[in-house]
Amino acid sequence: MLNLILRRIAVAIPTLLILTIVTFYLMHAAPGGPFTSEKPLPPQVLANIEAKYGLNDPLWKQMVNYIGGIVTEFDFGPSFKYKDRTVNDIIAQGLPVTLVYGTLSFIFAVVLGVSLGVIAAVNQNSRFDYLAVGFTMFAQVLPNFVMGPILILIFTLWLGWLPGGGWNGGHWQNVIMPVIALGTSYMASIARLTRSSMLEILRSNFIRTARAKGIPERTIIWRHALKPAMLPVISYLAPVFVFMITGSFIIDMVFSTGGLGYFFINSAYNRDYAVMMGITLLLGSLTIFFNMIVDIIYGWIDPQIRY
Amino acid sequence: MRTVFEKDKMNALADNLAAMDTVKGRSLWTDARKRYAANRAAMVSTYVLLAVVLFSIFGGYFAQFSNEEIDWAILGSVPEKGQPSIASGHYFGADELGRDLYARVIQGSQVSLMVGFIGAFVAVSFGTIYGAVSGYIGGRVDSVMMRLVDILNAIPFFFVLILLLVVFGRNILMIFIGVGLVSWLGIARVVRGQTLSLKNKEFIEAARATGVPTFTIIWRHIIPNLMGVVIVYGSLLVPDMILAESVISFLGLGVQEPQTSWGVLISEGTGTMQYGTIWQIGFPLFFFTTVLFCFFYIGDGLRDALDPKDR
Repeated sequence: MLNLILRRIAVAIPTLLILTIVTFYLMHAAPGGPFTSEKPLPPQVLANIEAKYGLNDPLWKQMVNYIGGIVTEFDFGPSFKYKDRTVNDIIAQGLPVTLVYGTLSFIFAVVLGVSLGVIAAVNQNSRFDYLAVGFTMFAQVLPNFVMGPILILIFTLWLGWLPGGGWNGGHWQNVIMPVIALGTSYMASIARLTRSSMLEILRSNFIRTARAKGIPERTIIWRHALKPAMLPVISYLAPVFVFMITGSFIIDMVFSTGGLGYFFINSAYNRDYAVMMGITLLLGSLTIFFNMIVDIIYGWIDPQIRY
Repeated sequence: MRTVFEKDKMNALADNLAAMDTVKGRSLWTDARKRYAANRAAMVSTYVLLAVVLFSIFGGYFAQFSNEEIDWAILGSVPEKGQPSIASGHYFGADELGRDLYARVIQGSQVSLMVGFIGAFVAVSFGTIYGAVSGYIGGRVDSVMMRLVDILNAIPFFFVLILLLVVFGRNILMIFIGVGLVSWLGIARVVRGQTLSLKNKEFIEAARATGVPTFTIIWRHIIPNLMGVVIVYGSLLVPDMILAESVISFLGLGVQEPQTSWGVLISEGTGTMQYGTIWQIGFPLFFFTTVLFCFFYIGDGLRDALDPKDR
C-alpha cells in the first residue's frame, strides 16, 4: 500500500514539473510582454521597469522565483491586465464558485449515475432498463455546452422558473442549472458503465454461489456485487474530474457564474498570461492530485492491482 | 478386361474436384463483416453518417449563397425574414448577420468532420506504432516509454491546448496538434497491452527464428493482428475529437471567421435563441447530435463485430 502511494507520488511530481515548465515556457514564448502597449514606453524606462520586476533575468531564474513564490507564500504574482488585482485575488474570487457547483455536480453525477446503473442492471430488460439506456444514450450526445443553453431555453425563457445566469452568492436557484448542465452527460456515462459492469458481475460464479446459498437478492447486490462492480466506475472518476473542470469553463461562459473558467477564458482573450498561468497551475495540480487519490483508492479496493 | 474404376468416370470426378472452389476459410474479417452487417443499429448509423459526409461534400453545390456573404435584404430583420424557406434560398434560414445558414452548416460540417477523422487517424496511427514498439521491445525501453505516457496522461491537456491556441494563434493546425498530442495516449496503452500477449505467440517466435528484423516483425506481424482493437478504438476517438473541437470553438478559441464548425454554430445559435431564431441552433445541433449518435452505435457495432472474446 505504502509502495503504491510512493509510486504514485513519484509520477505526480515530474508531471507537475513538466506542466509548470511547459506553461512557463509557452507564456514567455508568447509575443508581447506585460509592459508592451499601444503607446510604447521609452526604451530606457521599459528596461528599468523590466529590471525592477526581474524580467531581464534568464528564464530559469524567473521560473525558480515564480515557483518559489507559489510554494513559500502561495503568491501567483500580479495580473497583467487588472490594475488593482493580483492573481491570488482572482483565484480567491473564482475558485469557491467553481468548487461549489463542481462538487455538487460531481456528487450529482456519481450518486445518480451509480443508482441508475445499478437499478437498470438489476432489472435488466425491464421497461425501466430500456428507459435508462435510452436516456443515457441521449444524454451522452448532449454535452454541457448544448445542455446549458437547452436548460436556459426551457426553464428561463419558456417556463420562467429559474434565472438564466449569474451566481447571486450561490443561491440555489442559480446553482441548480449549472449543476445539472455540467453533470448530466457524465452521469449518463457513469450509469452506462455501472450498468454494464454490474451485469457482468451478476453473471459471475460467486454471485451464483451466493444465490445458491439462499442469500437474499438485496444483500447480494449491496454486499457482494456492488464493490467489484464499482471498479471500472472508480477508474473513470479521474477523467470525469478533469472533464468537469474543462466543463466548468463552459458553464461559466453559458451561465455567467463567474467561476475560475470565466477568468481563464477572459484572460485568454486579453492575453493576461499571469492569470492564465496561475489558473493552469492551480487546476492542473488539483487534477494531478485527484488522479493520484483515485489511483490509490483503486489499489486499495482491488487487491489484484499490484504495482 | 473390365477395370474396376472406369477411367473417364475417374477423370470426371477429378475435374469436379478441381472445379470446386477450395474450402473458404472464415477469416476474422469476413466474420466481423457479417456480424456488423447483422447489427441493424450500426448499419443504419453507417448509412446516416455516410449521408452526412456526402451532404457536407456535395451539399455546397446546391447552396444559393456562400458561407461568408451577407444577405443585405434580410439583415436587421433576421428573426422575421431569415426563417428557413425554399423560396428565399436560405434552406436552413440565416444567421444573426444575415449569412446563409445552409452554406455555413455545410462548411462547419466539413471542418468538424475533418478534425474528427484526420485527428483520430493521426492519433491512432501514432499511438499504435508507439504502443507496439514499446510492448515488443520491452524491458527498459518499454518502461521509459510508458512512464512518458503516464506523465503526459496526467497533464490536464485542455489548459495546455488553450495556452497553445493563445500563444501561437488560433488555427486548425494548432487544434490538430493540441488534440492530437494527448489522444494517442490511450491507444498506445491498449496496443502495448495487446502486443505483450502477442509477442510470445508461436508465429512471432517463428519470424524471429528465421531472422526477420525487429521492425519488420512489428510492422508485418504485430500491427496487422492489432487491427481489430485499433479500429474499435479509432471509431470511438472520432466523436471525442469532434467534441473537443466543438468545446474549443464554443469558447471562441477555435476556427476563425468566416470559417466555422459545429461548435461555433451552436455557440452562435445559443447566443440568439432568445430572439426566437430557434433554427440557428436547431440545424447545427441536429447534425452534431446525429453524427455523435451514429458514431456511438458504429463504435458499439464494431466492438461487437471485432471482439474475439465473442466468437
